[in-house]
Amino acid sequence: MKTWKKTLNYLLLLTLALIVVFPVWLAVTSAFSSQWELEEKLFPIFTKTEETASWSLLPQAPTLQPMAEVLLDNPGFFTTFWNSVTISLGILAGQLVIAVPAAWVLAQFPIPGKKRILTLYILLMLMPFQVLMYPQYLVLKQLNLLDTLWAVIVPGVFSTFPVFLLHRFFLAIPREILEAARLDGAGEVRIFCQIAMPLSAPGILATMILSFLDSWNMIEQPMTYLKNKALWPLSLFLPAIKMEDMSIGFAAALLMLIPALLLFIGCQDDLQEGIALSGGKG
Amino acid sequence: MIHHSTQLGGYPITMRLPRSKHRRTAAAWAVLLPHFLGVLYVTFLPMLQVLASSFQSAAGGMWVGIRNYQTVLHNPAFQLALSNTIRFTLVCIPLLLVISLGLAIALQSIVPAGRSFTTAFLMPMAVPAASVVLVWKVLFHNNGLINGLLQSLGGDGVNWMESDAAFWMLVISYIWKNLGYTMILWVAGLTTISPNIYEAAQVDGASSWQIFRYVTLPNLRPTAYTITVLSLLNSFKVFREAWLVAGDYPHESMYLLQHLYNNWFRDLEYDKISAASVMTSAVVFLLIGFLRRAWDREV
Repeated sequence: MKTWKKTLNYLLLLTLALIVVFPVWLAVTSAFSSQWELEEKLFPIFTKTEETASWSLLPQAPTLQPMAEVLLDNPGFFTTFWNSVTISLGILAGQLVIAVPAAWVLAQFPIPGKKRILTLYILLMLMPFQVLMYPQYLVLKQLNLLDTLWAVIVPGVFSTFPVFLLHRFFLAIPREILEAARLDGAGEVRIFCQIAMPLSAPGILATMILSFLDSWNMIEQPMTYLKNKALWPLSLFLPAIKMEDMSIGFAAALLMLIPALLLFIGCQDDLQEGIALSGGKG
Repeated sequence: MIHHSTQLGGYPITMRLPRSKHRRTAAAWAVLLPHFLGVLYVTFLPMLQVLASSFQSAAGGMWVGIRNYQTVLHNPAFQLALSNTIRFTLVCIPLLLVISLGLAIALQSIVPAGRSFTTAFLMPMAVPAASVVLVWKVLFHNNGLINGLLQSLGGDGVNWMESDAAFWMLVISYIWKNLGYTMILWVAGLTTISPNIYEAAQVDGASSWQIFRYVTLPNLRPTAYTITVLSLLNSFKVFREAWLVAGDYPHESMYLLQHLYNNWFRDLEYDKISAASVMTSAVVFLLIGFLRRAWDREV
């Protein structure tokens, strides 16, 4: 390709990339700004004026004070943080034990009606939460799970999206490898643990990261099934922080952002490979 | 399936296969069952129950035929939310597909520098909606940063929260969040196209537009199916951003079905919710069937 065309592509991508990253940058740097500095820059948002808010790329007087305030003086933050952790890890553990093996047998075993099951799973996975909200509410009520973290964890474990994705990863394992292992006398459990799991490790990891991001980010489910505010996760706690406590809001938001961002940066290659495979031929 | 053609002592060992296949099927069901039953109990059966209650009155559960459906279809809030949701889907999915495909193609042309761009575009996917709600408020406020930028460029500010622009705020946040994910899917699809086809086309003197139109696009069809389905799935989640930024009753241009269902649920209008849920499910059902036929593709 011609050089000028390449340069043009590069500049276009660079501009878009900067625009895309800007909100994240804003979120991270604001967490190190004092309430005073935020109010000075953002006063047009608080008062009636014709002026518009301003911003600087870095805080003028970076401070850890809002962060310290959240961590040391805000017991509500800790409770909600741990609620979020419990919900996310609970869902992940359940999916590892129940959904991963289910996807494996769906991909590699003769099951009558398999196609119908998969179609059902895809349909359920595409249903917006609000369609299921009321019926699911009734089931959880009947199980006495409302207003416990289980009300959010249980439906998350039985989400059909991870099975759909994992099923695709498992299909990608060449049959010959499995047949060879079977002829060598390997049992099915061994084949699953020692061949299938390692071979689709990127896929499993990617699915688990997507599940984590989804449960860490959950808003509708806790909002509907948890009336007791002591059980609320971060995603409901953060929006309740008032604009007057903006610095605390930004600091708490960063603490919610960090685990997700670290996981993303640490596992980007696997995640990318996983996403790529999910779009391939199934 | 196992096919043994070898014979031991004159007896084909295939004789034993039907029984072992039976056992494999049984074992497979035993592994699948916990998940399958869970899905049936938590998701599928409740949906059937909703189907039943869509024909009953909210109080007392009296049989009312299709009255709930009539009520819902004539409800102005439902009409508004439905048309907004359809408009949102029709605008944002094609827009997302085209932009991300363009990015994927541009990215392929600059391979060595590609990785840091991928990181940048993919990052919003990892960002929880609640942790950037303050940022959205600062950006889209009437006196916020975006309007500041527009004004310094000589343009007029846009009233993002209280005008039809609210709809576009939603489109922007959806595309922002899903751009990288979709781009990766396209890149994956692009890399499956063999370079030989491109070379052959170039030898035949095809222009780069012709190559794109007659080589690249047809080969991307299977990818397009997956991407459309996944984008549809993710488009329902934009409610989070909408709710976080604008609450239960946002500007009417971004009042989606999800808002309406939430509000009906809170007001205990279960008869309406049930009828509306059944209709939404039916539409999603038809849409998937249509997409599958359009791309002539099996699950």
